[in-house]
Amino acid sequence: MEDTRISKLNSFFSPQQGTLFAVLGIFVIYPFAANNYYIDVAFFFGIYALLGLSLNIVLGEVGLFDLGHAGFYAIGAYTTAILNTKFGVPILVLLPVSAIAAALFAYLVCSPIIHLRGDYLCIVTIGMGEIVRLSLINNPFDLTGGPNGVFGIDFPSLGSFFVIDSSIEYYFFIWIVVGFSILALIRLQNSRIGRAWNCIREDEVAANANGINVRHYKLLAFVLGAAMAGIAGNIYASKLMCVSPESFSFMESCLMFCIVLIGGMGSIPGVIIGAAVISLFPEIFRPFAMYRMLIFGTVMILMMMFRPGGAWPRRRGGADIKSVLNTWRKNG
Amino acid sequence: MEIVLEQIINGLTIGSFYALIALGYSMVYGILKLINFAHGDFFTLGSYVGYTILVFGSAFLTSHCGLWGGMIVAMVIAAICLALVGITVERLAYRPIYPAGRLPAVVSALGASIFLQNAIMVIWGPRYQAYPASLIPNIHIQMGALHITLLQIVILVFSFLLMGILYYIIQRTLFGSAIRASALDRDTASLMGINFNKVIFFIFTLGPALGAITGVMVGMYYRQISFTMGWNYGLKAFTATILGGIGNLPGAMFGGLILGLLEMFGGAYISAAWKDVFVFLILILVLIFRPNGLFGEKLAEKV
Repeated sequence: MEDTRISKLNSFFSPQQGTLFAVLGIFVIYPFAANNYYIDVAFFFGIYALLGLSLNIVLGEVGLFDLGHAGFYAIGAYTTAILNTKFGVPILVLLPVSAIAAALFAYLVCSPIIHLRGDYLCIVTIGMGEIVRLSLINNPFDLTGGPNGVFGIDFPSLGSFFVIDSSIEYYFFIWIVVGFSILALIRLQNSRIGRAWNCIREDEVAANANGINVRHYKLLAFVLGAAMAGIAGNIYASKLMCVSPESFSFMESCLMFCIVLIGGMGSIPGVIIGAAVISLFPEIFRPFAMYRMLIFGTVMILMMMFRPGGAWPRRRGGADIKSVLNTWRKNG
Repeated sequence: MEIVLEQIINGLTIGSFYALIALGYSMVYGILKLINFAHGDFFTLGSYVGYTILVFGSAFLTSHCGLWGGMIVAMVIAAICLALVGITVERLAYRPIYPAGRLPAVVSALGASIFLQNAIMVIWGPRYQAYPASLIPNIHIQMGALHITLLQIVILVFSFLLMGILYYIIQRTLFGSAIRASALDRDTASLMGINFNKVIFFIFTLGPALGAITGVMVGMYYRQISFTMGWNYGLKAFTATILGGIGNLPGAMFGGLILGLLEMFGGAYISAAWKDVFVFLILILVLIFRPNGLFGEKLAEKV
């Protein structure tokens, strides 16, 4: 059994195994070669990668149009910001707390709307995201600080000997989180849950007929996606040391949506590429100053023109019979 | 009583803006199943074109056409320009992507939106621009405590006229039935001899043109415009489209008007700061109980 698992990993990576190690090497060496500015650029690349991966669960795996994902991101960031500044809870303790807060919010908000289809779900998630943002601006119970946001968020630390406070440490922090998320997501893709999700994406009626609890699995996707976005929010808040509502606008949700589609729906390496396009291109085009977003828009159109399935589309792996048999045996 | 009446008139004015923009969304969605995110920016661009005409052609316009004439000229030129822009965007950004399916087209639409928005910023600058007050008719009407401007009434009448014309074209003419047929089933419609390209041409000229006219009216009504306002109006108009039932044109008009009224009354009687929250909350509640919008038909599920 162990063998099949390894060979499965091998079959996932084998053509790119060399490239994978090269990429990992570059990731480790990069911060020692770059200056702080470029390390921060790579940090935000990591944040977008995490956000892209989180939306990929909802949009890529299950095919639910979610254009309000910034709402979950905001919940995570503001949970961290408020609990840290008002009650002095350490950031690393708040990491799971933010994830749970965002997940709980997703569960409560999505339960009544999960039966909506396609574009109707899309507009409801847009509305949800906007409600979160507008509520933050309106400063309910004097918690969110209105349009200015919350200031003075701590560095993540464990006692006084382990403090994440430099660009390079943040860089490794975010990319280690992204790395663990990727491992978890690969495992999830090849699990019962992942197959149920893909089945719902391909044909909801057929999935229902096959005994998949569609409602349950859709909610699960939203909850997991929100939890990951909440984690991204936590790290983002501690990095910037302040959060404000305009970081969580509709535009941000649209960018996450584009990350998934530019990369390829449901494809993990694709999402990383998508995040690279979205976060690095505006930096690359910085010399063009005010024209850079013009170029950015054009790049988005061109990407869709020449690679409509995404930069790295998900391979539709036929389930190899051995692993299917193994799963059956395992589940009795 | 007068205050309520005034709120209704204000609500209908804003609602008619939303309705006119929503028509553009709804037409494109009905035919192509594409959420045209660039539509909000067509509206902004129209507003800026109108602004430019009023500012640079002011001497000529006021001496030859008068204030109201100048307003009409600005609207017509903005509409023509935006019809051209609309058809160009469709050719360059959407047409090559249709075969790939719906979702890539959405990304392309977002790309076009970012492009247009920043093009506006590059051309006219990032600051707010003010419509010249001297070129806008400014006649107040006082009926008891009721206080409105003549411009507002003209805008209302004009919007309803435009909506009426569009309704007539879509529901009563042969070409309109071709459009509705294409929305229903594109392949069968083509087999019946309907020129699908003509239909696309029509929706991508008329939609942006309506958006541009709305843009000029919004500029006159609020006096100031900014390059990012397309997002906000686009979002509201899209909400209106869904509220009325997506792809349903009369539904989009009513959706827009209802949204405007909701916003006005929510702002006046609940809280001005929370009025947008109120609007989106109503939207979500409507969709929970009527998942196909207020006027959407119940569609059988295709398997």
